[in-house]
Amino acid sequence: MSANETTLATAGFGETGPAADVVAQRPKIFEMTAVAEEAVLRPKEEGRWPHPLRAAMAARIAALNGFGDLAVRYASEAGDFAGLANPARDGVADGLGPVLAFMDRVAVETRNVVATDISALQDAGVADADIVRLSELNAFLAYQIRVVAGLRLMSEGKP
Amino acid sequence: MSPVVRKFTRSVPEWRPRVVPVKLEAASEAQLDALSVTPSGTKVSDYVLTLAHDVESLKVRSPLFNAIMYDKGGMSRAEREIGAIGASMVNRCIYCAAVHAARHAQLEDSTEITDRLFLDGHAAALPDRERAIFEFAAALSEAPPEAGQEQMQALREAGLEEAEILDLILSTALFGWANRLMHVLGDPVRPDGAEA
Repeated sequence: MSANETTLATAGFGETGPAADVVAQRPKIFEMTAVAEEAVLRPKEEGRWPHPLRAAMAARIAALNGFGDLAVRYASEAGDFAGLANPARDGVADGLGPVLAFMDRVAVETRNVVATDISALQDAGVADADIVRLSELNAFLAYQIRVVAGLRLMSEGKP
Repeated sequence: MSPVVRKFTRSVPEWRPRVVPVKLEAASEAQLDALSVTPSGTKVSDYVLTLAHDVESLKVRSPLFNAIMYDKGGMSRAEREIGAIGASMVNRCIYCAAVHAARHAQLEDSTEITDRLFLDGHAAALPDRERAIFEFAAALSEAPPEAGQEQMQALREAGLEEAEILDLILSTALFGWANRLMHVLGDPVRPDGAEA
């Protein structure tokens, strides 16, 4: 899968087509969005989170937001972690209980996140750098999902 | 310890990290490189030093942020700020809401819109165009996103062009990102003695 096309392809925007002209007004932004996806999903420096686990968490966030097709796309990169893409799995058996609880909460209960959500990760032995990496992954997905949602609305309701 | 700010305000608080930021004197070459492309340039904030734990993300996010919020054409800068404010209010990112409400007030030379938003939220009495922009941004920012054709139609009826709608989607979505860093990784605080 090419990262270059995740956002636009999931939104149903090809290089041609009725809505492509709108996106073509901001080409630099969509190029940078693809670069950002690489940085959070497939970074050179993974820290504690290998690429397949990142893909599983991305798929999980997409699923929690009701973006099944984006979830399927990311789950295809999740390898042995693919099971964790299912939000019904709590990750405890994989030693990832606190991590997935944090990711779920940041993704869909953002407003309720408090200092103890961070200290719970620290207490579970997650290093500060790895907490920032989790937050960036989560935050990028929030952005990508909403760009996809907005583009779909634009194209569906195009006058 | 300084009190945490819990109400929306245009008076920008300080930001206190919940993790230990990278120490500038101990930063790696890659971290220093990423820090040089941040918008502020001169003084490196605790926020940016916190994000420097993940240099690859920081390095790409800063130029993307600037392009979405400041590139020419499309939606006005002030209206892009309403997208940022809508997201930040839904996610209760007090710090982001303060920075971008202050910027909106400065760009418009008026505090009226942000006064009303902070006081009354969705019930705020706003001009049609600002109302449509705020409602779309707030709905898109819910998780899962709740924006639908009703909100999209309201944008078009309020006279927004397609290029402006795209910019609104981008600025709102960008703050779905920024809120999940700022609100998650730290607290908005007033220094001891300052009015919370």
